[in-house]
Amino acid sequence: MPAYARPKDMPTALALLAQGHRVLAGGTDVYPQAGPTLGGDILDITDLADLQSITLDHGLRIGAATTWTAIADATLPPALHALQQAAHTVGGRQIQNAGTIGGNLCNASPAADGIPPLLILNAEVELKSATTTRRLPLANWVKAPRRVDMQPGEMLTALHIPADALQGRSRFLKLGARSHLVISIAMVAIRLVTENGRITQAFAAVGSCSGIAQRLPLVEAALINGAPIEAAHLAALSPIDDIRATAAYRREAALELLRRAAQDLAS
Amino acid sequence: MITFTLNGTETTCTAAPTARLSETLRETLGLKGTKVGCDAGDCGACTVLIDGRSHCACLIPTARIQGARVETVEAQTPLLTRLRHSFTRHSAAQCGICTPGMLMAAVDLLTQTPHPTEAEVEMALGGVLCRCTGYRKIITAVMQANFALTDPVFSGAVGEPIPRIDAEIKADGDLFGADYAPEGALTVKAIRSPHPHAAFAFGDLQTYVQTPGIAGVFTAADIPGRNAFGVIPAFVDQPAIAPSPARFRGECVALVAFEPGTDADTNAFPISWTPLPALTCPAMAEAENAALIHPNRPQNRLIEGRVIKGDAATALAQSAHIVTGSITTGFVEHAYIEPEAGSAWMEGDTLNIRACTQAPMMDRDATAAVLGLPVDRVRIRISATGGGFGSKLDVSVQPLIGLVTLKTGRPCRMTYTRAESMASTTKRHPSEITGRIGCDATGRITGMEFAGRFDTGAYSSWGPTVANRVPVHASGPYLTPHIHATARAVHTNGPVSGAFRGFGVPQAAIWQETLYDELAQKAGLDRLEFRILNALRDGDASATGNILQATGIHDCLTALRPHWHRALAEAGPNRGVGIASCWYGCGNTALPNPSTIRIGITHAGKVVLHQGATDIGQGSNTVIAQIAAQALGMRLSDFTLIGPDTALTPDAGKTSASRQTFVTGRAAKAAAEALRAKLQALGNKPLSALPADAFGFALSAQETYDPPTKPLDENGQGTPYAVYGYGAQMVELSVDPALGTVKLHKITAAHDLGRVINPLLATGQIEGGIAMGLGMALMEEYIPGRTDNLHDYLIPTFGDVPPIESILIEVPDPDGPFGAKGLGEHVLIPTAPAILNAITHATGGRITALPALPHRVLDAIRRARK
Repeated sequence: MPAYARPKDMPTALALLAQGHRVLAGGTDVYPQAGPTLGGDILDITDLADLQSITLDHGLRIGAATTWTAIADATLPPALHALQQAAHTVGGRQIQNAGTIGGNLCNASPAADGIPPLLILNAEVELKSATTTRRLPLANWVKAPRRVDMQPGEMLTALHIPADALQGRSRFLKLGARSHLVISIAMVAIRLVTENGRITQAFAAVGSCSGIAQRLPLVEAALINGAPIEAAHLAALSPIDDIRATAAYRREAALELLRRAAQDLAS
Repeated sequence: MITFTLNGTETTCTAAPTARLSETLRETLGLKGTKVGCDAGDCGACTVLIDGRSHCACLIPTARIQGARVETVEAQTPLLTRLRHSFTRHSAAQCGICTPGMLMAAVDLLTQTPHPTEAEVEMALGGVLCRCTGYRKIITAVMQANFALTDPVFSGAVGEPIPRIDAEIKADGDLFGADYAPEGALTVKAIRSPHPHAAFAFGDLQTYVQTPGIAGVFTAADIPGRNAFGVIPAFVDQPAIAPSPARFRGECVALVAFEPGTDADTNAFPISWTPLPALTCPAMAEAENAALIHPNRPQNRLIEGRVIKGDAATALAQSAHIVTGSITTGFVEHAYIEPEAGSAWMEGDTLNIRACTQAPMMDRDATAAVLGLPVDRVRIRISATGGGFGSKLDVSVQPLIGLVTLKTGRPCRMTYTRAESMASTTKRHPSEITGRIGCDATGRITGMEFAGRFDTGAYSSWGPTVANRVPVHASGPYLTPHIHATARAVHTNGPVSGAFRGFGVPQAAIWQETLYDELAQKAGLDRLEFRILNALRDGDASATGNILQATGIHDCLTALRPHWHRALAEAGPNRGVGIASCWYGCGNTALPNPSTIRIGITHAGKVVLHQGATDIGQGSNTVIAQIAAQALGMRLSDFTLIGPDTALTPDAGKTSASRQTFVTGRAAKAAAEALRAKLQALGNKPLSALPADAFGFALSAQETYDPPTKPLDENGQGTPYAVYGYGAQMVELSVDPALGTVKLHKITAAHDLGRVINPLLATGQIEGGIAMGLGMALMEEYIPGRTDNLHDYLIPTFGDVPPIESILIEVPDPDGPFGAKGLGEHVLIPTAPAILNAITHATGGRITALPALPHRVLDAIRRARK
């Protein structure tokens, strides 16, 4: 019979991981993909206190197994409001109560709601194995749709938001064809830092419009310059036609959502 | 061993650590109240509370609840009791499959927020899907749950808004197809085609069947009877288990029966597939030299229906105004929350099948034919049915589990996965409709040409019904002197298109009602006044030459007038108002369609209603009983109901075609009146002194009613229906001009029911039909192999269904019971065209391909501006 463990301490967890256990967090992606039964040796990481806390200390650390509900309910600086707004739109309440931010990133869907709000925070991922710990920018870690840079025996343990990224205010907008339980057609996240009413720093990211969500430096430059966001600023996107929308529509929608998010933050 | 607190009691069980909690609750602990709709967190039916917070039990490894507090719908708490009562009172449950999930999500909310706002209810319950109610009554029930209200007292007479008589059962967690199986039942799994068209060959089945845990393997070669089923005798063509080649993706080609407790994994099943060229759309299927899917159907044509009256071409040529247009719609999935399921066992020589269905007698006959049994050796005992909407008219699991039990002599069970349910069962017909409508200078309709091509998929199912029904209804409820309407059903290698709430009429209404808006505009008439001017009146002849009575459309439209004027005044840029009507013949189209009802009185004086009409959530258990009670002159509470069971209830026909209230209602009324006459003739003689009659009662009456229809001739002339129902809906919405998204503000629905038997259930039908109609308009399209789950196939959620004001009109039909007409399908028909008309009003954009997803709306707006 396959093994199952739900340890309370990291060394045990990492040792099991080294033995080839598969990580299970909220299960909201793992179970639907599992078929009738979830096989293999399982490491359930939902009882590791270290992975479920949000702590402020030289920046913000979010444990990888923190649920969307915990993120939505936490008192966080306005820079993270986009992330909290995204937390409210990940599936329904049941999914938010179980699903974790780390799981969302590891699943690395082009439509992962967690990625754009973390990209505008310059988030870094913390990865641990029994023998190593490394940190690297989220943007470098997500390699391709549904593929992240995870080494054997490694797991995602936390997100780090650098102290200087906790400034400013942020906004997340998600567009879908129904009210709840929706996979986005397009989504955007913007964070603006202002001094004396002037935008000094701008961060903008778009999801569901390319294989992996991405920051858009031209949009950010326009925001800092007080210039309107133009279609050309979104040239780096590579949206596709699918059942939810056309590629051309996605470009337009992303542009419109960026303008609206920026306007919301300005008002 | 896992120990946790379950509904307040410490519980220990043994389960695989990663077994889904839903499975452990249901299979190990026997608590069947937690329902499984998708096993993917998409539907929320399995919502339970873990340490007070709502979770999808299908996503929780059982081992994780060690030491936790788990609450399910079986819990008995004061809050849950109040919620159940509120759900009952407000008719928040129809079929009841989503009800446990709704209740548990509501417990989580109300524990934290005792008096939530509407928005808070929508947020908290937004993860649970309902396909029946349109959510409005659920919102009310949750908001009102913590207010102490006095319950009105009802006698159950016709016209009273009594809660459905099975509401409390639904609120406790009713027992559906997957919720019962005899001890030791084998688990049956189907092997299905992964290709739309493919030859296949089995490997070494002899060896495979020796695999430990496998009790048997069954293929087409094992079918003892005729390996074909279908709903219309002349067109029966669908194998229960297909021989090679498979004709559509999801077709069953073999069965594997597993011993209980073994992992029902079919991955090692020995089969090889050779994909063949597939005809994926009617245009391909009708192309010259296209391969024939059924050799006896040239051009892949199943059938063409037609209604020809007068001379449409000449009438159009002489018209002052003409509009021309085309629309296309795709496959639409019924998406009931209960996937098909059932169990089978032998009792003596009789094969018993308990499964979800809309048509127990048809299931019996089809299953008996496939299995080569006389019909009296098959007994269909229905389970609660978690939504049907047409698809559960065709057999699904019945012949399959029947075969396994017949061959092995052992009980068995089968539950479709969500993907299997979506891939293998019927769909709404995709349509391509084109034609012209004309009117004279005063705006009176002169003539119509209508040509519809419907993708009927791989097998016939209800394709002939769609082809016949559509031309009859092509005019809509408007006087149309000259008409030429055809509808043909074309086979493809797509999923089988069958019955879906409206049998093609909703697609036709999208074409006709959007064009009527254009015609009104050309004639310079207000869109509502154009419809009122042309509305059918008593004594008018329909397109089939049917002289009409009790035509309620005029009353429905005029009832909307004040709302229309208010809404138009509130409209402006990007905010629009739309209207559309419906009419719909109740019962089979020009075919016999009887229902039989038996009512008996026992020697102890108990009244027993043998009611074979299947309640799939629409409320026939309550409505038929109300009619019987009224006609017998007794209180509803005096009745005991014997539900559909082919061994116990006479045939009340199928739950389809909006026929139960009308046809079975008439049979119930007749039986009650006959029994009443017998009671009156009894005088003072005590019941206990009477000998038992043929049914074991002291007194009983059994009556049959068959609507008086006349066959249609080669031009579709005749009397296809005895009774028609009518309705009109008005939609107010806003369109985001930059994103193409649509926000519905309000829908006002006026429906003529002839006589409202139960206003609480009637408004429930209206709200649920509207939800389904708006899904079809705005988001739903089934794409084989791509959207066979409930996150890619979108149905409306909380928040998508706006407030609905129902206006119940009563124009009694002399043929209806107490004047009543059908309603179930009518309510869906006007919604989609009214939405499209409102989008056009708001933006100028015309949508001709459904669903109106944001990108299509935006495109339509752009085209209109050019």
